Amino acid sequence: MTRFSPARVLAVLRKESIQMRRDPATIGLTMILPLIQLFLFGYALNANPRHLPTALVSADHSRYERTVTAALANTGYFDIHPYPTVQEAQAALARGDVLFVLRIPPDFARSVDRGEKPSLLMEADATDPTAIAHATAAMTALNASVLNRDLPVSLQGEPVSPPYEAILHARYNPEQITALNIVPGLIGVVLSFSTMVITTLAITRERETGTMENLLAMPVRPVEVMLGKIVPYIGLGYAQTFLILAVAVLVFDVPVRGSVPLLLFALGVFIACNLALGFTFSTIATTQMQAQQLVQFALLPSFMLSGFLYPFYGMPAWARFIGEVLPLTHVLRICRGVLLKGNGLPEILPDLWPMALFAVAAGVVAAFSYHETLD
Amino acid sequence: MTALAIDVHDLRKSFGSLKVVDGLSLQVPEGEICGFLGGNGSGKTTTIRILCGLLTPDGGGGTCLGLDLIRRAPEIRRQVGYMTQRFSFYGDLTVAENLEFVAELYEIPNRRRAISQVLERMGLAPRAAQLAGALSGGWKQRMALAACLLHAPRLLLLDEPTAGVDAKARREFWDLITDMAAEGMTVLVSTHYMDEAERCQRIIYLAGGRLVVQGTAEAVVRDAQMVAFEATGPDLEAALRRLRPDPGVDSAAIFGHVLHVAGTDREAVVRAIWQPENQAGLEWREAQPRLDDVFVHLLRQSEGMS
Repeated sequence: MTRFSPARVLAVLRKESIQMRRDPATIGLTMILPLIQLFLFGYALNANPRHLPTALVSADHSRYERTVTAALANTGYFDIHPYPTVQEAQAALARGDVLFVLRIPPDFARSVDRGEKPSLLMEADATDPTAIAHATAAMTALNASVLNRDLPVSLQGEPVSPPYEAILHARYNPEQITALNIVPGLIGVVLSFSTMVITTLAITRERETGTMENLLAMPVRPVEVMLGKIVPYIGLGYAQTFLILAVAVLVFDVPVRGSVPLLLFALGVFIACNLALGFTFSTIATTQMQAQQLVQFALLPSFMLSGFLYPFYGMPAWARFIGEVLPLTHVLRICRGVLLKGNGLPEILPDLWPMALFAVAAGVVAAFSYHETLD
Repeated sequence: MTALAIDVHDLRKSFGSLKVVDGLSLQVPEGEICGFLGGNGSGKTTTIRILCGLLTPDGGGGTCLGLDLIRRAPEIRRQVGYMTQRFSFYGDLTVAENLEFVAELYEIPNRRRAISQVLERMGLAPRAAQLAGALSGGWKQRMALAACLLHAPRLLLLDEPTAGVDAKARREFWDLITDMAAEGMTVLVSTHYMDEAERCQRIIYLAGGRLVVQGTAEAVVRDAQMVAFEATGPDLEAALRRLRPDPGVDSAAIFGHVLHVAGTDREAVVRAIWQPENQAGLEWREAQPRLDDVFVHLLRQSEGMS
């Protein structure tokens, strides 16, 4: 047996560093991507989201109502928007337009004045328990003396509790189990991984093994290659979806409140987004290494900015804008919405069309970036 | 006059600042086997890729099978069989699966029959179920040729089809090509082997992306007007070392027990071999100049120009 030789280690090391220097694109990406991600996530992510959209449905406009809502707004956690009816407010909650619905009951002021401690109902979208945790804590911690100045003299004094009863109604996920939020979200995440990574390698592999030249020399159109390569993976993606759904329901007790065919349809649109994007990457990248970096560049922001790992409403407006472009953001909302909230087509439509638009746009880019020649 | 399978003028193609094809004009009559020769980097592969529509020329144009090179590239592709220099089929598919894939892309009617015929003709039938990646070099070339022939092309473009293949496989490969040319197919084949060049009806020699010489092998040798001498005797290597640098000698090489020396200037060659040390024990006689003498000469000339 040959002895271990440091000189040979050095030889390999030298050769590797020469090869690294000869591939500046890869080195550049490995330096720039983490920087972009650092700034992006450093400024965007926030586990303690404030200014959560809150619907106010008031059946009793009074000074108490104004004081309570002002106090809630002052906590910094709630942005209050009046809604005319409970139905409209609850539809907004189902769509995810608001995270809370605050209901002021009829005769609220009179009941307070009579010392009857009327209830103040706060419905919260508990699909993402972490997103609302701090806000609900802030609400229950409202100072007992919040209405003190407004109260009739007979009731003033040193109250130990507010003159109303705040009731928190955690909708969709009453026990606020985090898994119920994470597992439906994982469907989208797992699908992104499998479908985008596989397609990205599809064309790059043809190029690296030299089969691309042959493929180009034959009379096959780009769109034919694209569809032919993508369709098998749509099947694979659906197989994964069924598997994840089965485990979600059987092991994690995720409820299925909405229509499964509708969910599968939406997931199909999502898979199409990923495949088209992956195909575009694979036509841009010249090596499998570069292809992998591009995928990473797309996936990480998807996880971070889509609301999968951190509350979507915790991010500043610019980061939310990026998030709205990402298909994962929309598919997360659709999965959580259909499974946990029982949403139907009208509720998921606002998330469905941006994904469809993305799929079409990415498909067009993919078809154009596939060159029929080697130039 | 026979029709021209390839008729292109003034083709140009650059990659960055490098002019790979630099004003190349080519005429190949239908039904001929045309040898495409030239040193590495002389523009052979690029020209072939332009001819089958894989690269768009920066300038120039013409016709391939009577179709405009640029505007009707898709139609040309359907009638051309292009065999890449590097094996470019799917190693994880069997021979038959690879051929089926190709046949489907070309929408060949009666696929099964076409495939079994080509397998039979190439002697590939016993290997149809083998993974293409597991074939030896010679069989890979044959499978690639089979794939090029499936759609019955009128023009075959073969880019160094026999590089790295043993002599027997090369000979069999050429027998197949000769057969097909006899049936009317035009073949443009690039090669570095002189024995292969000699089997071509026409030779095209490129250097620096330009045409240097074209014609039949005999005409090319005749027109070069070279003279050659051969010697037998002891220590031919020493004589070779002395003669190679001589400015009067264009080409010198040992073939078995024979030292072969050639040049364009008879007097200069004779002066070189007439030196006393090159006469000691060696027996010289005049010989026929070989095709490779001409090519070595042309290669030197083109290097001298650039």
